[in-house]
Amino acid sequence: MNIPYSAPITENAFLRKDGKKGIRNTIAVAYLVECAHHVARQIQTPFQEEGVHLIGFSGCYPNDYSHEMLKKLCTHPNVGAVLLVSLGCEGFNRNSLLQFIKESGRPVELHVIQQKGGTRSSVEAGRQWVKETLIQLKSVPRVPMTLDELIVGTVCGGSDGTSGITANPSIGRAFDLLVSQNATCIFEETGELIGCEQIMANRAATPELGAILDASISKAAKYYATLGHGSFAPGNADGGLTTQEEKSMGAYSKSGSSQISGLIKPGDIPSKGGLYLLDVVPDGEVRFGFPNINDSAEIAELIACGSHIILFSTGRGSVVGSAISPVIKVCANPETYRNLSEDMDVNAGEILEGQRSLDEIGSEIFRLIARVSDGQQTASESLGHQEFVLGYKSFEPIGPTCHPTYS
Amino acid sequence: MKSTILLSPTDNVLVLTQSLPAGSKIEVQGATYTLPVSLGLGHKIAACHLNHGDKILKYGVPIGSATTAIQRGEHIHLHNMKSDYLPTYTLDSAHQYH
Repeated sequence: MNIPYSAPITENAFLRKDGKKGIRNTIAVAYLVECAHHVARQIQTPFQEEGVHLIGFSGCYPNDYSHEMLKKLCTHPNVGAVLLVSLGCEGFNRNSLLQFIKESGRPVELHVIQQKGGTRSSVEAGRQWVKETLIQLKSVPRVPMTLDELIVGTVCGGSDGTSGITANPSIGRAFDLLVSQNATCIFEETGELIGCEQIMANRAATPELGAILDASISKAAKYYATLGHGSFAPGNADGGLTTQEEKSMGAYSKSGSSQISGLIKPGDIPSKGGLYLLDVVPDGEVRFGFPNINDSAEIAELIACGSHIILFSTGRGSVVGSAISPVIKVCANPETYRNLSEDMDVNAGEILEGQRSLDEIGSEIFRLIARVSDGQQTASESLGHQEFVLGYKSFEPIGPTCHPTYS
Repeated sequence: MKSTILLSPTDNVLVLTQSLPAGSKIEVQGATYTLPVSLGLGHKIAACHLNHGDKILKYGVPIGSATTAIQRGEHIHLHNMKSDYLPTYTLDSAHQYH
């Protein structure tokens, strides 16, 4: 089962001019305000099956977080080229984003609808650019990529009483295998770790980092208490989960048992292998509402932190995928798997029915990561799922004690 | 196939490993209990008698507290336990807003 990190996980990675290696060769069409969404979608739709993805930001008010998120998403290793679609009068700093993408060496173009003669001509010009750029992207150099160059994120959605018994600990086993080979693994949603703060802090690389992990959970507990709701949906209760901390313990097992190397915030890309906690809850007073309004917003943040692949654990049965990075669906509940098998990649429910062990499913996930890195489509990719959500937030930058293993 | 699992030796709840219709028999520590209602996979059953205020232990850690006395073999859920952190929102509890 051991793939040593010196051996390539794929021979076919896409080498970008900034040195990053991707496992997909996507063109991102990004709208910079909701008013440009329709035009951007019209440009993207005919090319959806050719790996052209739609992302963007709806708000007209500028926001440092969403600007940073789009910078990181547009220069993600899986992204080969970017078309920015602006209405013209929105608050988003389009020129700064354009410059940042240019400096990464990616082909990029900015279309401002108000300067292009309106909807029809903007759509035509955009489609023409995408068509030409798709041909250009075929010549991106293909290179070997090793496990220590791979970043994998994990999220859970539609959890039930089986998630914490089967899918989540299986992902934990896969994470342990990956981290042992120097890959980078990211787990998240501090609001879904309420109740686990002490045991998690004990796994930190240093006591200082342990205190930071603990503080990030206290921040989440306070934030959600102000909002009056935890990260707990009615379907979680139907599935046998009763409390936030019960859901948390199940979610926590996705992190496996490796040492925790650092805490990052959305858009921070770890520069060294290891296990990282992504703190998704904004800093300061409650300002823009719920930290992440749905699973897709969490996935977008994991991708902005560099995730090439997302491991998505579900018990009730989520069907979402994502723009930019493939989502591997690990189904916790054998009844859900039978009901929604076309949307699932791994049946961790077999553990409950006594057919497979946690280690076996963990190894299956690990092997699937290698095949997906080599180009195999996941269920959600082949079904055309490309969900994307980005909202408003505010963060303070992380300090050096958040990643003590860098020194 | 056994219909429940004890996730950690210190737990005071068992977890159903399959959905069971009302009237099903389950075995809890040598005694047999009959389920009064049907229960889905993943739901919890008391492994021993619990008093009001006792911590509910699953995965070997507290996941909330009993809000009433709970008999061995009884279903444990929103009606007899609560979070020690945040209230749990369900569509039933949302009815109070309408």
